[in-house]
Amino acid sequence: MAQPLERQQAKPHLAEEWVGKVYTLLCIAFLILTIFSLVYFVASKGLSTFFVNGVNVIDLLTGLKWAPEGEPRLFGALPFIFGSFSTSLLAAAIAAPLGFCASVFMVEIAPKFGRQYLQPVIELLAGIPSVVYGFVGLSVIVPFFRDVFPGQGVGIAAGAVVLSIMILPTITTIATDALAALPKGLKEGSYALGATRWQTIYRIVLPTTLPALMTGIVLGIARAFGEALAVQMVIGNAPHIPRSLFESASTLTSAITLSMGNTAMGTVANNALWSLALILMLMTFVFVFIVRWLERRSKI
Amino acid sequence: MPAFYNMNCQEKNKELEGELYEMKKTVMMLMVLALTVVLAACGQNNNSGGASPSPESSAPASESPAAELSGSLLATGSSALLPLVEQASKKFMDIHKGVSIQVQAGGSGTGLTQVSEGQSDIGNSDVFAEEKLDAAKAAELVDHQVAVVGMAAVVNPNVSVDSLTKQQLVDIFTGKVTNWKDLGGEDQKIQIINRPSSSGTRATFETYALGQKSEDLQGSIQEDSSGTVRKLVGETPGAIGYLALSYLDESIKVLKYDGVEATVENVANGTYPVWAYEHMYTKGEPSELAKAFLDFMLTDEIQNNDVVELGYIPANKMEIKRDVNGTITK
Repeated sequence: MAQPLERQQAKPHLAEEWVGKVYTLLCIAFLILTIFSLVYFVASKGLSTFFVNGVNVIDLLTGLKWAPEGEPRLFGALPFIFGSFSTSLLAAAIAAPLGFCASVFMVEIAPKFGRQYLQPVIELLAGIPSVVYGFVGLSVIVPFFRDVFPGQGVGIAAGAVVLSIMILPTITTIATDALAALPKGLKEGSYALGATRWQTIYRIVLPTTLPALMTGIVLGIARAFGEALAVQMVIGNAPHIPRSLFESASTLTSAITLSMGNTAMGTVANNALWSLALILMLMTFVFVFIVRWLERRSKI
Repeated sequence: MPAFYNMNCQEKNKELEGELYEMKKTVMMLMVLALTVVLAACGQNNNSGGASPSPESSAPASESPAAELSGSLLATGSSALLPLVEQASKKFMDIHKGVSIQVQAGGSGTGLTQVSEGQSDIGNSDVFAEEKLDAAKAAELVDHQVAVVGMAAVVNPNVSVDSLTKQQLVDIFTGKVTNWKDLGGEDQKIQIINRPSSSGTRATFETYALGQKSEDLQGSIQEDSSGTVRKLVGETPGAIGYLALSYLDESIKVLKYDGVEATVENVANGTYPVWAYEHMYTKGEPSELAKAFLDFMLTDEIQNNDVVELGYIPANKMEIKRDVNGTITK
């Protein structure tokens, strides 16, 4: 009597399987549709600056003057591209050593204390909204820089400091995961050969986790690249390439947020902002590609 | 849950009861949450509608007591005009209980686009529509000028200059003069705090105070919100910027323009030229509800109370008129 019983039990489970498959398929289809329509919309609006309004691509990418509502209309976005890259890279340069050292402390030196107290604190940093960072930057960091360093206080330095605090949790979390995933045998072998704790960290642990660390840094740079509000409040927003770290500069994101409410959809000024958004989106694709390439390399 | 088939009858019963209990708790929580949300929504309606139960007869004289208006309006656009429209809409909704008016910011450009495409009923704007939209779209919109906003150049309180002529302002904002000592002040670098080039406030300042467009100079600071401009001008030594009169306070110093002080009287009689209309545009002639609201904005109750209280100038106080090309008529 075993077979008919099995077939009876198989029927309701067949329906379940089918319903589950269709439901998850619908969800993923919806997701893909949303992403594609978003990319299509940004691309169509961004490219219309070149095809409908007749702006030259090379002029946009390398021009130095930005005046879409001036006479004559100029569309040089190089100051913004320079500003975005310099603030993101400088922020990563500040946050990467800090993040790595913090994760080394949390995993190697004080694991219990790290897991109980430091991990929630780092996660708290990640949860603070970016406008709070911008406000604190404007009220505390900018006056401090203005008093201590020669310059205006605003600029790439202030932007990089604010961004580095924002991407610190990203880098620390990924570095902690990478360190915790190291096989114990690696460190035990190093100690067995007579290396001290710091020698092990410096010569064995760091080079082995370097690919994962790079992934964290690139993700941090991607996050910093896309940050808009916090950067806009502390960077000064002059559409020029600054001559010092403490002179007013501009990024792709701050240029968009500064002007988007004041332009009307369909005008060339608005389309130019969409082109900046298209550049941002393409850079995000590049960052994702780099991260996946690094992950492939890190499979030991 | 441990393997169900390994337990005996009593344990199985307890497990099922436990599961049922968990499910009941979840359903209970969801119902309480839904109830709270519904109550909160109802409570808000009651508050905004019932807080000031002014009967129809106490409405201003221009309203006919029998006018039972209902419906909803969406007004979007200028953030400079937002406080005034919001306050007026609250008063309007108190008088007409069946009406709901939503006011949003987003910038003059957004407001004009949305009213032109039919996404909103009223578009609030600091500039004439012809300056932002192309001529065909702008011709479809009907302009209602509800207030006047004056603008003044402001400096950091440590700057010792009191008044600037038009030529001096032009020299500062085009970068010809970079130190206050060239204008009679101390030896201090001039720090320009500008608005973005697409801002309506900047367009007004450039047209009527400078007489020409100014460039975005290297080393100038641009901020989009007037509040941030005020904060930066108050804190940065040697800073100069420009603000609407409604934003002036003790943290900054107001400059005279060509010797004329920036007061309501001087704007009204035409001796102080740096001002702009606040527009509320509708696509074509306004609907009955929109017309009632726009007329309400021009009644004495709003013009003499809210407009003045928020720092604007009543439209009917102006002794001169100005059109989009700048021609002045009395």
